Amino acid sequence: MGVFKMPSLGADMEEGKLVEWLVGPGDTVKRGDVVAVVETQKGAIEIEIFEDGVVDRIDAALGTSLPVGAPLAVIRGDGEAAAPAMAPEPESVPAAQLVKPIPAPPPVAAEAGETPASPAARARAAELGVDLSGVTGSGPGGAIVLADVESAGKGRRKPAKQGLDMDAMRAAIAAAMTRSKHEIPHYYLEHEIDLQAADDWLRARNADCAPGDRILMGTLFVKATALAAANVKGMNGQYVDGAFQPSKPVNAGVAVALRGGGLIAPAIMDAASQPLDQLMASMRDLVARARSGRLRGSEMTDGTITISSLGENGVDGMTAVIYPPQVAIVAFGTPRPAPRVVDGAVTARMCVHVTLAADHRVSDGRRGAKFLKEIDTLLQNPEDL
Amino acid sequence: MTKDDIKAAFLKELTSVAPDIDAADVGGDDQLQDDLELDSMDILNLVTALHERLGVNIPEEDYRRIETLNKAVVYLAERLG
Repeated sequence: MGVFKMPSLGADMEEGKLVEWLVGPGDTVKRGDVVAVVETQKGAIEIEIFEDGVVDRIDAALGTSLPVGAPLAVIRGDGEAAAPAMAPEPESVPAAQLVKPIPAPPPVAAEAGETPASPAARARAAELGVDLSGVTGSGPGGAIVLADVESAGKGRRKPAKQGLDMDAMRAAIAAAMTRSKHEIPHYYLEHEIDLQAADDWLRARNADCAPGDRILMGTLFVKATALAAANVKGMNGQYVDGAFQPSKPVNAGVAVALRGGGLIAPAIMDAASQPLDQLMASMRDLVARARSGRLRGSEMTDGTITISSLGENGVDGMTAVIYPPQVAIVAFGTPRPAPRVVDGAVTARMCVHVTLAADHRVSDGRRGAKFLKEIDTLLQNPEDL
Repeated sequence: MTKDDIKAAFLKELTSVAPDIDAADVGGDDQLQDDLELDSMDILNLVTALHERLGVNIPEEDYRRIETLNKAVVYLAERLG
């Protein structure tokens, strides 16, 4: 009998709100199955189970905020007898009792008639991100009705992601980055990479492709970095309990900027071994789920290095902050033509500025330089990536 | 296909690629990247969706011609015409 607990989905997570159960009593689950959805400061995250078995009972109700480690459900191992008092009889459970994805109650104080408002108004306010305490009610007794919320929320952009609280996300980013700067002795290395070969190759490749088969320069960056991280020691892994734990697979965290502010860096598992087109598909999927859908708990916690790419219309470079417990982050600036000396003559070449921030507890400049040079070398032969 | 149909199709795919953007808030001259904050992955997803919906394969060198709603309607009408 195992207890399925609220997982920690990042160093600074203290609690999560359970918003959906995807399994019910009697369901068979396998290690890695997504069984529930938890709302965190970084949005809704799908959480996976880490054992095989049968759901014996569900302990946590929807809509409740629970600390990390709180019991959510009891899982019975294969062949294990059901807990006597809790013998699940799926057939006899009335349909209404089955746990269904129910939207969590709006996060608005309802106690003591503090802010009287109609249920429709509350629901709409939560959807629009309108704070009811700042709305004047026109209903009976000054209660807030739907129309009041609509007019208060006029012209307001929908929240960046369902259930995403931008203030909470900012606080989470601040806490993680403060911890990083406090604990990790960062060192930084910069390098300019001649990207002409990669740019030419990519343009030629994409010109013959339907849009669905095109690849972005960002994918080449992720692949080259992942391969280099697999080859050079001290960059790929996590620093846990006072020691560096190197990782064999490179789980490449990809920084995704959210409109309206905020940043998420979910990981692509084993990025170094994915062929380019597969890696591109993984990135498309990851970005789409970061924007609108859902990320998985493991994607939030299992990253071993992060890559931040400033895109096509950005600036030359960025000195990034390591995302703990990782030990390195690589930032690629916006590629642009620049004067470069080739064979003794100045010529215009497509170039990209790369900055490494790495952890001095694990490596030093020489190692970091080797790593950046390796990325450079790999990008000179894009067809081999 | 009328220009209104093209506009509706473009907005539909834009808001599906960027679900946090409201079609009603998109100005005709808003730049997809600078004003609406689409990144290169979003642009590629939009181009892919337009290819599937309208059958128009937009090459990379034409991305600039769909950088605003107004420009995109003109460009797509030309390609469909």
